[in-house]
Amino acid sequence: MAGNKGRGRAAYTFNIEAVGFSKGEKLPDVVLKPPPLFPDTDYKPVPLKTGEGEEYMLALKQELRETMKRMPYFMETPEERQDIERYSKRYMKVYKEEWIPDWRRLPREMMPRNKCKKAGPKPKKAKDAGKGTSLTNTADVLKKIEELEKRDDGEKSDEENEDKEGSKEKSKEGDDDDDDDAAEQEEYDEEEQEEENDYINSYFEDGDDFGADSDDNMDEATY
Amino acid sequence: MTQAEIKLCSLLLQEHFGEIVEKIGVHLIRTGSQPLRVIAHDTGTSLDQVKKALCVLIQHNLVSYQVHKRGVVEYEAQCSRVLRMLRYPRYIYTTKTLYSDTGELIVEELLLNGKLTMSAVVKKVADRLTETMEDGKTMDYAEVSNTFVRLADTHFVQRCPSVPTTENSDPGPPPPAPTLVINEKDMYLVPKLSLIGKGKRRRSSDEDAAGEPKAKRPKHTTDNKEPIPDDGIYWQANLDRFHQHFRDQAIVSAVANRMDQTSSEIVRTMLRMSEITTSSSAPFTQPLSSNEIFRSLPVGYNISKQVLDQYLTLLADDPLEFVGKSGDSGGGMYVINLHKALASLATATLESVVQERFGSRCARIFRLVLQKKHLEQKQVEDFAMIPAKEAKDMLYKMLSENFMSLQSIANLIERRQFETKENKRLLEKSQRVEAIIASMQATGAEEAQLQEIEEMITAPERQQLETLKRNVNKLDASEIQVDETIFLLESYIECTMKRQ
Repeated sequence: MAGNKGRGRAAYTFNIEAVGFSKGEKLPDVVLKPPPLFPDTDYKPVPLKTGEGEEYMLALKQELRETMKRMPYFMETPEERQDIERYSKRYMKVYKEEWIPDWRRLPREMMPRNKCKKAGPKPKKAKDAGKGTSLTNTADVLKKIEELEKRDDGEKSDEENEDKEGSKEKSKEGDDDDDDDAAEQEEYDEEEQEEENDYINSYFEDGDDFGADSDDNMDEATY
Repeated sequence: MTQAEIKLCSLLLQEHFGEIVEKIGVHLIRTGSQPLRVIAHDTGTSLDQVKKALCVLIQHNLVSYQVHKRGVVEYEAQCSRVLRMLRYPRYIYTTKTLYSDTGELIVEELLLNGKLTMSAVVKKVADRLTETMEDGKTMDYAEVSNTFVRLADTHFVQRCPSVPTTENSDPGPPPPAPTLVINEKDMYLVPKLSLIGKGKRRRSSDEDAAGEPKAKRPKHTTDNKEPIPDDGIYWQANLDRFHQHFRDQAIVSAVANRMDQTSSEIVRTMLRMSEITTSSSAPFTQPLSSNEIFRSLPVGYNISKQVLDQYLTLLADDPLEFVGKSGDSGGGMYVINLHKALASLATATLESVVQERFGSRCARIFRLVLQKKHLEQKQVEDFAMIPAKEAKDMLYKMLSENFMSLQSIANLIERRQFETKENKRLLEKSQRVEAIIASMQATGAEEAQLQEIEEMITAPERQQLETLKRNVNKLDASEIQVDETIFLLESYIECTMKRQ
């Protein structure tokens, strides 16, 4: 630390021999560029193990990855609105079963605000904005679906079928959607309340006046 | 927690549960124990989302809670448990080899769901097995139950701590959180259930001719209304037991490589006899007499008692010291030196790493150094102990190699995700085409039409997909293999740390 640069001569503050250079030896050149990102290694890695077990585990791993994405534990982040509403997106939504934890095993503060008295009941409709947790959303939507079914069922289903057959793609298991978006929930409420008249929303070919949401509603209405 | 561990946990949580759960999980891993509102505030996440994320994490045994003074509940993440998610395929495959498809699915459902009641597991597994059976055949609940009982008996599945059933005599305010307890005696106790029924196929006949799929309606579990016979009794996979099995496998395999098949069978028998009586971090098994071992050899193994004794002597004399002689009664008392065995395995792993990374000359030097140390200390040590100095040295080497392995897995995952994202458009296109072809086949399209659709994917695109698939497979397989190394090193580290 008290390294004295002895009268203009360079001197090291530590014993250079300890690092591996003998006294007076020419030091290697200063490197003026960053080291390569993927340098060549002298020894190539050993090939991977292969065998029945390894192959099975590989397939399992990939399968599990896909399965977990479809389970109710996977929390989707609500995607930002895309500039173009892709037609195919509607039909690729994966249906998710709802999961309700066993509240008896959890701290009381874990329960969502609209308190459920029994384990696994259908929670009340959450009409207030921003309260919709995905725990209650799906149940609400299901209730509305049931109600809609009781109303004019027939015509809407037919309309829906025409749409579907045109696309040749069948969605896997339903369009129910765990979206947390409370705004969408509210819009849906309004749409539903407007349906008291004779005009069926789906009859309008150009969806300009009705946001994409109304189409989504139609999907859910049939089921 | 090292950066590498945190990074890897983040990737695993994100892949399995999505970004919200990942954010909460990683935050807890970094900061330690925190209450609900602090988590929400610090991560800038809404309270509702934090709650749901915590529920998911708790369900999967990745986060636990504790009531602190003034009734504040704090949540804590178990980083090492998160890392175990890498090993799920190995746990499931192992069960398959031991208890065939039924066992495999039981463990898979328990891992996928974190914890389940026995009745729920049996129903799910019966349904899944029925799907794969020929038309008209179904899987009986009884058969699945039997396999479940066997898994419980051999400790591969265990009961979760549960809510105590004692009624409070004083009707004071309920506690902010239940204290879950489990009696050791009850951990593998299967409730007396009479589960009667058969698996159900998911009815594909729900789609009628007009193509109006009715199966879109979400299927509620019908047992919402029926009383669940084992309500509140949850089960989980017992990862420690699997680790014990892996360790035993590694030891048997090492003996087979070094000596012969018969020696390894004897060692396997000894380990099997000690399965339930040895704790996971014990340095050696309980002493077993030669007579007992002879009686427990697998049926059809025709070696005489004298030959067995000869083998045991050879094993005990071997410099590897996997087997030790601890007494003379009962024809000779023998133990398996678990800690010694783990140390040898871990050392062999290190040597192999040095060899592959730096060449044989370096590997020779490395082995000599290790050996020389061992010789110096040999006079002072007991046969099962490793002196503190050497242990610390080895420990440091294992920890740094372990760290490197964790880092490599994180890199592997990132690379795989990158490759997948790069080719996202092509992958989606390929999936759509497959879906179109499948639905066309279902409605009976002609060969020519199918051909046309297939050609929507050009030849170079096909090539790209092939390469992508090969790379992703390689990356996935590497993850699994590196995890094997991690397992060996961590087993040694854990065993050594517990003895300090």
